[in-house]
This record gives sequence, C-alpha cells and structure tokens, in this order.
Amino acid sequence: MADKRQVKVKVNGVEYEGYAEPRKLLSDFLRDDLELLGTHVGCEHGICGACTILFNGEPIRSCLMFAVQATGAEIMTVEGIAENGKLHPIQEAFNEHHALQCGFCTPGMLITVYHFLKENPNPTEEEAREAVSGVLCRCTGYTQIVEAVMAAAEKMRIAA
Amino acid sequence: MSGEKKKWVGSSYKRKEDMRLLTGRGTFMDDILLPNMKHAAILRSPYAHAKILDVDISEALKAPGVIGVVTGEDVKKASKPYPCGVTIPTKYYTCAVDKVRFVGEPVAVVVADNRYLAEDALDLIEVDYDPLEAVVDIEKAIEPDAPVLHENIGSNIYNHRFFKYGTDWDTLCQEADEVVKWKFNFPKYAGSPIETYGVIASYSSFENSYVVYNNYQGPFVNHALTAMALGIPENKMRWIIPTDIGGGFGTKTGIYPYCALMSIVAKKTGVTVKWIEDRREHLLASATCTDRVTYIEAAVRKDGKILGLKDKAMDTTGGYIRPPEPGCAYRSTGNHTGAYDIRNLDREVYIVATNKGLTAPLRGYGCQELYFSTERITDMAAAKLGIDPAEIRFKNFVQPEQMPYTTATGGYYDVGNYPAAFQKCLDIVEYDKMREYQKKARAEGRLVGIGLASVVDPSVTNIAYVAIGKTIEERKNERDKSGSGEAAIVKVDPLGGITVICSTNPQGQGHETVISQIIADEFGVHPDEVVVDSVLDSSDRLYSITTGSFSSRFASSGTTAIVRASRQCIEKAKKIAAHLMKIKVEDVVMEEGKFFAKDKPEKAIKLRHIAGAAHWNQYDLPEGIDAGLFGTSLWTMPTSRPPDGKDRVNSSNTYGFVAEAIVVEVDQETGEITFLKWASVHDAGTILNPQIVRGQVLGSIVQAIGGSMYEEQAYDEHGQCLTASFADYLCPTAMEMPKVDVDHFESPSVLTALGSKGAGEGSSMSVPPAIGNAIADALAPLGVVVDELPLSPSKIWHMIDEAKAKTN
Amino acid sequence: MKPTAFEYFTPSTVQEALQLLESQGDEAKIIAGGQSLVAMMNFRAARPEALIDINNIKDLDYIREEEDELVIGALTRERTLEVSPLVKEKCPILAKAITHIGHLPIRFRGTIGGTLVHADPTAEIPITSVALDAKMKIAGPSGERVLNAGEFFLTYLTSAIEENELLVEVRIPTLPPKTTAWSYVDISRRFGDFAIVAVASVLSLDNDGVCKEARIAMGGVAPTPVRAKEAEALLAGQKITDSIIEEAAIKAAESDDVDPDSDYHATAEYRKAMTKVLTQRGLKEAWTNFEGSK
Ligand SMILES: Cc1cc2nc3c(=O)[nH]c(=O)nc-3n(C[C@H](O)[C@H](O)[C@H](O)COP(=O)(O)OP(=O)(O)OC[C@H]3O[C@@H](n4cnc5c(N)ncnc54)[C@H](O)[C@@H]3O)c2cc1C
Ligand code: FES
Ligand code: FES
Repeated sequence: MADKRQVKVKVNGVEYEGYAEPRKLLSDFLRDDLELLGTHVGCEHGICGACTILFNGEPIRSCLMFAVQATGAEIMTVEGIAENGKLHPIQEAFNEHHALQCGFCTPGMLITVYHFLKENPNPTEEEAREAVSGVLCRCTGYTQIVEAVMAAAEKMRIAA
Repeated sequence: MSGEKKKWVGSSYKRKEDMRLLTGRGTFMDDILLPNMKHAAILRSPYAHAKILDVDISEALKAPGVIGVVTGEDVKKASKPYPCGVTIPTKYYTCAVDKVRFVGEPVAVVVADNRYLAEDALDLIEVDYDPLEAVVDIEKAIEPDAPVLHENIGSNIYNHRFFKYGTDWDTLCQEADEVVKWKFNFPKYAGSPIETYGVIASYSSFENSYVVYNNYQGPFVNHALTAMALGIPENKMRWIIPTDIGGGFGTKTGIYPYCALMSIVAKKTGVTVKWIEDRREHLLASATCTDRVTYIEAAVRKDGKILGLKDKAMDTTGGYIRPPEPGCAYRSTGNHTGAYDIRNLDREVYIVATNKGLTAPLRGYGCQELYFSTERITDMAAAKLGIDPAEIRFKNFVQPEQMPYTTATGGYYDVGNYPAAFQKCLDIVEYDKMREYQKKARAEGRLVGIGLASVVDPSVTNIAYVAIGKTIEERKNERDKSGSGEAAIVKVDPLGGITVICSTNPQGQGHETVISQIIADEFGVHPDEVVVDSVLDSSDRLYSITTGSFSSRFASSGTTAIVRASRQCIEKAKKIAAHLMKIKVEDVVMEEGKFFAKDKPEKAIKLRHIAGAAHWNQYDLPEGIDAGLFGTSLWTMPTSRPPDGKDRVNSSNTYGFVAEAIVVEVDQETGEITFLKWASVHDAGTILNPQIVRGQVLGSIVQAIGGSMYEEQAYDEHGQCLTASFADYLCPTAMEMPKVDVDHFESPSVLTALGSKGAGEGSSMSVPPAIGNAIADALAPLGVVVDELPLSPSKIWHMIDEAKAKTN
Repeated sequence: MKPTAFEYFTPSTVQEALQLLESQGDEAKIIAGGQSLVAMMNFRAARPEALIDINNIKDLDYIREEEDELVIGALTRERTLEVSPLVKEKCPILAKAITHIGHLPIRFRGTIGGTLVHADPTAEIPITSVALDAKMKIAGPSGERVLNAGEFFLTYLTSAIEENELLVEVRIPTLPPKTTAWSYVDISRRFGDFAIVAVASVLSLDNDGVCKEARIAMGGVAPTPVRAKEAEALLAGQKITDSIIEEAAIKAAESDDVDPDSDYHATAEYRKAMTKVLTQRGLKEAWTNFEGSK
C-alpha cells in the first residue's frame, strides 16, 4: 500500500485538507473524506456523468481523477450552486419544469448546465440538448431537463 | 367520489422533494454512514457454468485491512434456498454453493476497512473451477441434449403450463379466413438506475436480530421470504429504506438476495457491513426483464376481426428462478388480449434455465414481451388482409359500452374508451396526413414507416397472478393468495400539523408532493403544511406482502389508502368536534380545515384545536374514542381475488390504456433510424399532477427506446456477457430522445378514491411494439419482417441487405 | 470498481519523467488526462505499480504554428484544441473531429498525447492524424525520434511508444484553406460514443477543382486507422464528380486494408459497407463545403 499524501483543495470556497492514498478517486475523497455527499457515483468509468464537478472552472468526471491530483485546485460541487440559502436560477428552473425525478443524476446535470450557461448564455434548444447529453438520466426522458435549461438561460439573462 | 374538481389534486404543484435533491442534500443509500462500518466486495464468477471444486480464502484473510471472508459454504449453512412459486425444487441461494450458473454470480464476499482493500483481497481468493458447457439460447436450453444447469430438476425447465380459454383452437381456425403466424424474439434489458444497489447490514447476537438498510423498492413479500431464507422470524429483521432512492424501474425489486447475503456476512464477521454495488456488478448480476421467444398465431376474419390467439411463450429467468418469477409469464394474464375483444386464447408457457443473469420485474413487467408479439402479429394480420393497421385496431377494440369488461383470462377492466383515446392519438400524429407523406416518401425511394400500438396498461398487481404458475390441481392443495394492499397513516400532531406515513417507497415518482396535494384537499390545508415521511422502516410502518412502489400502485392503491386514512381521521375529528360543540356528529360540517355546526358556520373550530383537544385533554373525549388524532388504512382493491378454477385471474386492478403512434425514417444505406413524429396518448384515469405524469410518460418512453434500439444484456454463445460496462450497455442520452407529443384521455377508475390508475409504466409496454411496427412498416416495401429487438443500425442494415439479396 | 495501489510521481520536466520511467521499470505508466487510463484502472484492467503524472509538465501544453506546421504539445487538452482559433484556421478538420469525442468533461481532461498513445482505432484524433500525415515526436532515454502517423499505430490499443518513452509533441502540416476540402464523418451507436466507422477526408485541389492529392483515413475497419490508398490514387489528378466519388468509395471499402472484426455492436460486413457509405458521404461533404466547388 502506498503512503497517504496530503491533499489540499478548496471546495465551494472552503479550504479542506485531507490525506489520501494515491489511488483514492477524487469522487471518493469528496464523499468519504470531506463528507460532501452531494456528488454521486453511478459508474466509475466516466460515462454516466453523475460525478461531474467543476475543477478550476471546468466540468470533469471526478471518478476519473485521483484526489492527489486535485491538490491546489478549486472545486465546485452541487452543494456550492445555491448561494445564501437561495436556489440558483438553474435550480429554480429544474424545480419548475420537473427536470428531476429520483435526483440521482441531478448533481452532475446541474454542474454541467451551470458551466454550459456560463459559456453559452443564449443557447438554442439543440445546444442545450447536446450539453446535457454528457449526463445519463434514467428517469426523466430529458425533455423536461432541456426545457429547464432553456428557462434557466432566460431567467439568468433577465437577472444579468 | 372520483372525478370531482379538487383544489390541489390535478394541479402541477411543484415537487417538494426537489429542495433537498437540487442542493445535494438527499439521503441515498451510499450517503448513510454508520459507526464502525466496514466495506464489502463480492467475488463473482468469471464462468457462465462451472463446478466449484475449491475456494481458498487463506491468502485473502491475511490481506491488509481484511476483517473476514464469507463463501458459498457459509451461505449454505446460514440460509435456505429462497421459496419460489413453482413446483420444481429450486435452489437459489444468494451465493453460489457448489456450482456457478452465470457470469457475475457471487462466489465469496470480503469485508475490509474500505472498499479498495476489500477489492484487493478479492484478487487473492483462489477458486478452482471445473468449467462446463454453457447454454444461453432459450430453445437450445430445452433440447434433450442441452447441458443441464440444475441436476436436481433434471432439465432446464423451471415451469411449463398450458391454458385454454374459449373455443378450441382447431375449431377456431376453421372459422377463420386467415391464420397469421410468426416467431418473435424479445431481448433482455434492464432499468439500470443510475444509483446501483446498496445494503448496510448489522447483526446483534444478543437479540439474534438484523438491521438492514437497503434501497429496495418493494414488494415487501421479499422481506418475508428473506426472513424465511435466513430461517428467522420476520420481525427479527428490520429493513430501513432511506428517504431517497436513485431510480428503480423494477430493477430494484431484485435487491433482496443481497439483503440476505449481507446479513449473513454481518453475522459472520460481527461488524456493520456496507456493500455498494458497482456498475459492472450491476450490469452483470442485478436484474433484467426476461428475454422471450414467442410463437404466435392469430386467427382472423377477412374483415379484420381477430377471433383468437394461440401463443407459445418461452421466457428465461437465467441461472436461477427466484421470486416474484415465474411472474414474468403470468403477471399479464388478465390483460393478455390487451385492448381487444378477443374471447379465445390458447397459451403455452415455458420458463427456462439458461446460463445468463437473473431477472426481476422491469417497468411494464411481462407486458412488453407480450405486446411485442401481439401488436406485431396484429399489424402482420392487417397487412395480410390488406387493411390499415389503425382500422384493424378499431375493428377489435373492446367498446366503451362493454365496460366493465371481463376478459377471457379474467381481467376486469372497469372503465375506458379505447376507440376514442386511440383516435386522439391518430389525430395528434395526423395519421392520414402522415400516410400521404409516407406515400410520397416511398415514391422518392425513402423508407418511411408509421408504427401504431394500442395496449391496456395494467397497474396494481394482484399477487394472485403468481399462483397461475401452478396448475389448478396443484393449487387445490395450497392456500389461496390474493391482494394488492397499500398502507397509509395520517396523523395530526398536538399542534395541528399533519404527517403522512406511507408504505410506498418512491424512487423519484414524487409521492411526497402528490400526497401533500391529496391531504391538502382532504383537510383544507396548504400542501406545504403537510409533511410526508418517506423513510420506510419495517419496524414501525404498516406494510404488507403487496406494499412498495411497483406496478404503478401508488397512484391508485396508495392514494386510496391515503384518502381512506384521511377520512377516518376526519371522521374522528368530527366526533370530537361534535362533542366539543355539544351537537350531533351528523350536524358537523368540515370545510377549509374548519369544523362547524351546519347552521352556525361562524362558530367554527379549527383542526388544530380539535387535535389539541385529542392530545392535550385526553380525559374529555367522546365515549369510546381513543386519544390522539390519526387514521390508518391498509387498503386492498376489492377486485384482487385469487385465480378461479379455470385459470382466470384479475392479475391487476386498474387498467389504463396507451396509444402510441410513431413515424420513423430508416436510412437504407446505414440502417440508422430517425424519429419524424411521435404521439403518445394515455388513459391513466384522473391525473393527480400533470407535470409529474408527463415526466413518468417521457421517462418510460426513453427506457423503452433503450430496450428497442440500444440496451441489451447480451451474451456470446459461451455465456460471457458482452455488455458489462456503460460503454457497451447503451443507455440513451438526451440526443437519442426525440420530441414526443404526450397527451391524455381521462376515464377515471371507479375503483379508486380519486379515479386515478397507474401512469408510470404504460409506454414501457407500448413503445417496443410501436417501434417494431414503425420499422417494419418502413421496410415493408423491401419485404422485411421485423421480429426482434433491439434494432441496431447494423441489424437493420443486414435485414435490408438480405431482403435486397433475395429480390436480386 | 477501485484501482489497485500504485506509487505516484509528479515530475515537472520531461527529463524527470524519463528518469522516472527508467527507474520505475515496466510496471510504471504515464498518466495524462486519465480519461482512458483511470477508467481501465477502475476496472482493474490496468494495474500499474507506479503512475508518472505528467500534468505538471507545463512545457508540454502548447499550440503554435511553425512554418507550415501546427505544433502541439502532447499534454494539450482535447478541448483546448477544439476551441483554439489557430487550430480552427490551420487545421479545421482536427477541431471538427474532436467535437465527436465523448462529451465535454472528457475533452476537458483528455489530451492529444493520451489519445494517440492509447491508439484506439476508432478514436477521432488518431484517425485524423493519419489523414493529416502528422508526425509524432517521441522522447526517450537516448534522445528524440520522430515517427509518421502511419508508423505510429501498431495494432489495436498499441502504439510504437516504448515503455521508457514519452510522446512530447505532434506536428501537423497545416491545410491551406483556399485549396483544401475536408470532412470528418462517422457512425456511432449513440451521440458521443466511439465510432463504429469513421472517415476523415482531406483533398488538396487546384483552382479548377482538380484533386491534386487525396488523403482518406478510415477508423473502425482494422486494428489501426488505415488510409484508403486505392481511393486516394483514383482521385489524384481527377476532377471531383459524384461518379468519381462513388468509385473512390467502392475502392475504399474493397481495399485489403479494410478488414474489420465483428463485435456486439456491428458486424464486419456492416463495417465494410459503412466504409463505402461514409467515404462517399464524406467526400461529398468535403466537396460541397469547399468554397471552390461553388
Ligand atoms: C466516457 C468516455 C468517452 C470517450 N469517448 C471517446 C471518443 O468518442 N473518442 C475518443 O477518441 N476518445 C474517447 N474517450 C477517450 C478520451 O479521448 C481519452 O482522453 C483519450 O483516449 C486518452 O487521453 P488521456 O490524456 O486521457 O490519456 P490517459 O488516459 O492519461 O492515458 C492513455 C494512455 O496513454 C499513455 N500516455 C498518455 N500520455 C502519454 C504521453 N505523453 N507519452 C506516452 N504515453 C502517454 C498512458 O500511459 C496510457 O497508457 C472517451 C473517454 C471516456 C471516459
Ligand atoms: S461515476 Fe463518474 S461518470 Fe459515472
Ligand atoms: S432524475 Fe433519476 S436519473 Fe435523472
């Protein structure tokens, strides 16, 4: 067994320090060590997208990265989307458009959409559909998710 | 009762459960952290069929962090095979004992400080296998020289039955103008929820009792059967199901064997054991629907009237048969003839052993397999007779004036207007216009097809269906089984707050929201004031054999239990109000959460004051009334009777209707399919929350697209699984989901309190045949017959290629 | 699905990385984006005893133009290439092909070096690099060597990189926009999946629309991406027409190099047939999108 290494990360604006064996997946580190249970794990091979987080502002699969690789990084997880106890417009739109059922894919969906609307505040429906296609949802059939993304974009444009 | 306009029920009230799920604060199985919890990993068979000669765990026991190892021998000592509703002696243990019968079957369990170390130790277990020839093909499995999986059965037949309803088949064929026959293959696919199975088990040697956390979706019959397998009283095994389950779709009815296995592991190792199934394990060894071979014949008259059906359906439940199988073949008994008025049926059923993964009810349980054959043969009959597929359906529908209608097989359809609902679907898809469009497209050499399906969507299964697996003679020696009960407790606390506890344990269907809407209407409060407790704990919940979230039972059975419990509670409140106001109970009126004398509405007492009286001043209550304010109901549908002496059974209790109309274009060069237009019309009775129902329909559609075109638990001829990762088991993404017009035709059930029927499964059953029919229609000019799923571009291309080769 | 244990190293120079490769021996592996490697480690299909993480070698992350070559550091992320104005201008087919790779989060981590060394015959960048005659600069204990894309891919999931070597740079001849027609087409089961068959076409044309040189690379038809040599030869010196395109597509599919396997998702016959269909569609698309064709 390899020795544990120090891992220092900033998650949702909070500094964390922990120790992890090199092989510990970042997804497991977030969940087991930092007890940030919002990030979900659905496949551990990069396909389902439930574990998607923002890593220095970019969406990545936390199951395909080791915690030791994250040292020094700024991470955002689903827990960091709402601010000051208020839902983010994306979260509001997901609620209003019934864009989640079991909610298991939702953390990955929200992070994906959060990044997408930052890059593309005025998307077409097709672009929105393509953006969420990197996260598998078994419940919703995606239609209401795409509707929520379009509604969220509108909300955010009005707020901006 | 049903059909009246409500304030909250029927509105798209926004989901309450979303608040936690959107902010990362849900509580799913893997979010449960208990003190001193250790982690299990399961060693699984790499062989489809092999004898286990030896399992050497000595090195594994020495590995870092390892607490203990459990093998099949331990499991055999600690448990009995699961009981199952067939007459052959089955031997399903939760871990392979002397033989493995499918790739992925558990062989041993390691418990260690963490999952990484547990998996390390798995690598150190030495298993000496003696590989045997495997059989994966259903029809090959019942050939006399096939390798036999279970020596104690002597063949690969778990179950074999014949049924006859109505006129004798040969006589019928003489009356018929045509007998259309074909063979269909239905594939093995799964719900694949994004959250996998999970179990945390602990054992107390002092009480000889178990606490098992798990994300099971019901039915709770398996709680009882697990206790039986472990040889303990049911109340010594407490199951706790967390607030949130990350999707179920029937697949999570298959968790119970792991509850037994981890209980055994916890007992042997003496620690609290957590096992979270990984995706590979899930794809290899959780549960799928049965794959089925169907030989079907339809006897039809020239005018399109279907006189009768004859079918031989052969399902495989894989390496073992376990509860609730053989339900795959029998769950749809009552609705076997679907939406059509067909009085004659000749049926043969085989349930077969093959070296493949095991099965469980999958959203639509048994009906997609059934309707794929019946709806396809309906289209083939229409083609043979030269009539339109829509017309043959109109010709055969059970008519609204025939309702309530009892099917030849014993199903009791209480309401419905199939022709009208079907017409609505045709109107939405602009059927005639699309036929014109198709004509033009064909003239240009394009392959455009229109696929229809019209099916009855059975909900709230009556457990009596399982008994059909045994013959009438065999059943005579057994006690009857029946029922569809669902439970609710509605309680008003001392400050007037209402809490509801339900036996359904949802996996995303929004029960908290819908229950709050119902309670808001019943009590005249706001939905936000209602609290719904959705942890399910067997030690303090009302539950029964039939409870849980499966067969779309919440919307009809669950809601009725809630309404009944509410009304019981309100009746009691009225009695207390009468006592406080010193008037007769009959004179008490409740409106908007207030109780008053008929003639004195200005002198109303609020619910909270009645609750206050019931809790804070228990001495001063009417004669014979208990303290507190609550109502309970464990309500079963009155139509849930045992099978009769002619193998007829009302296998479900509410029967909805679904019409699907799908327009596709097939790229004849690549075999790729594009959806051009899609209408899906559902009769789910009263709609409780339109937005939630739309979500259910769209969700069932995407899963059915998966099963029809992308998803399959596929095997090679040696029983090696070809789809053990999400790179090969292909769940549709957002890009594969077309635009679908979802609409409704409401005929409220007269059997349920709110008129609702089920809505969660319909399109799971209707989409596979509709897609099959659409592609068949598109390829018809080439003379291609579509008789299997899933239809990958490669397969479609081969079908086109072969057809072209034939004509050349 | 948890990986086996490994020692972990974070060199900050190529030299250090090479030394670590030497000292750690056979069971050491480079990790770049990890998008192939970590997935395989989670399945325990790869069990490296040491991981040499090159993510800190910042010198390996660059895109620049040198003479008529696009020069790309091995650690450059797929996403960086996809959105790079320089790549879009000088080698648009690469940017386009990359949009077919998985989904965005994969491309944010996955690197050009990683996908080339991983050598999946249906992967977009390997196929495109074969069409573009890219050159791979490889650093090893005894210095650097350069391989052509055609020599770089040995067989399924195997490149010519030795265990003690590092891919450091990829050099791609730029495409003059006025005289190049190109396309990247594929068939995959789902959006974002690895292709069943993919075809990258690059045509160099003169002012009259006559093809001077054709380069057509096909993936999913053999253990490595392969060039449609016969089709290329046929097109050279010809004016592009529908019929020559069809003829070229037939030649492409009939090539001896097209020798696909069957698997669960598609049969060999299907792949072969798709080679023709996609070559035809790809050439058509290339020609239609070409300014000079109008
Ligand atoms: C869900 C999913 C979908 C995907 N879909 C696609 C797709 O559609 N098309 C596609 O092309 N790819 C796809 N990929 C793979 C992706 O493109 C990978 O990023 C890529 O194949 C590997 O790049 P990497 O930088 O992540 O390499 P790594 O995974 O880090 O490494 C891959 C291999 O290359 C070696 N290596 C890496 N860099 C070097 C170097 N500089 N020198 C020597 N050896 C090196 C490693 O040792 C390892 O053996 C997908 C991946 C996932 C998880
Ligand atoms: S868990 Fe990371 S992508 Fe599925
Ligand atoms: S909401 Fe259940 S997986 Fe998306």
